[in-house]
Amino acid sequence: MFDNEMHVSFLGVSQNESFARMVAAAFASQLNPTIEELTDIRTAVSEAVTNAIIHGYSGMRGMVGMDCAIEGRNFTVTIRDEGRGIPNVPLAMQPFYTSVPNLERSGMGFAVMEAFMDSVTVESEVGRGTTVIMKKEIAAVGCDE
Amino acid sequence: MQIKTQRDGETLAVLLTGELDHHSAAPLRVELDALLGDRTIRCLALDLCGVTFMDSSGLGVVLGRYKLMKERGGSVRIQGASRPVERILKMAGVYALLGQQDAERGKGHV
Repeated sequence: MFDNEMHVSFLGVSQNESFARMVAAAFASQLNPTIEELTDIRTAVSEAVTNAIIHGYSGMRGMVGMDCAIEGRNFTVTIRDEGRGIPNVPLAMQPFYTSVPNLERSGMGFAVMEAFMDSVTVESEVGRGTTVIMKKEIAAVGCDE
Repeated sequence: MQIKTQRDGETLAVLLTGELDHHSAAPLRVELDALLGDRTIRCLALDLCGVTFMDSSGLGVVLGRYKLMKERGGSVRIQGASRPVERILKMAGVYALLGQQDAERGKGHV
């Protein structure tokens, strides 16, 4: 049982990338994170949502789901699409790999998620969609700091 | 994302302000490439001091412009990145690629 959780879904269009990262950061704020920790969450969420839009749906209309949960000092965010899925997850997660070189992608999305969060788990099935689960422990800050 | 430009000889200085994500990357790319259509520009100086958020989509824009300028024997320089933006740039080895020693902070060209 989580201490707190929230669920939101939005259309997979690029206008909603900033919405998603702001909502996730606002929810995580109750753990009193540092500015850096909040930036990490915003960036990782932005990467996962961008992937859902570009790679999951790639122009198709579809919804992106985002679940956030708090358990103790641990923040978990799950980004889910019901798009095309990833045929080879380990390959997709390699730094600088991109399946769409013509779109001028850096191929650093998963690398950024892994660098900014404590753990990143990707579950994907071709034709069914992709779920990215990211966890981060928010360090406790003393009351006098 | 707002852009402000200043031409100084062969250098085009561009000051970027706002959030640089996948959504803002597409129009920014179009705008920069229109400016860089002027082939007398040999150096693109990007000032990121006004960029409040950047993810790997921003990296794509920078690396793409680097490729474009390199093809014409030109260069790209970056300055003014905040610490979080700098972190992303360093992760992808952008400063090393551009031949810059490190992030250059402080006031920009524009």
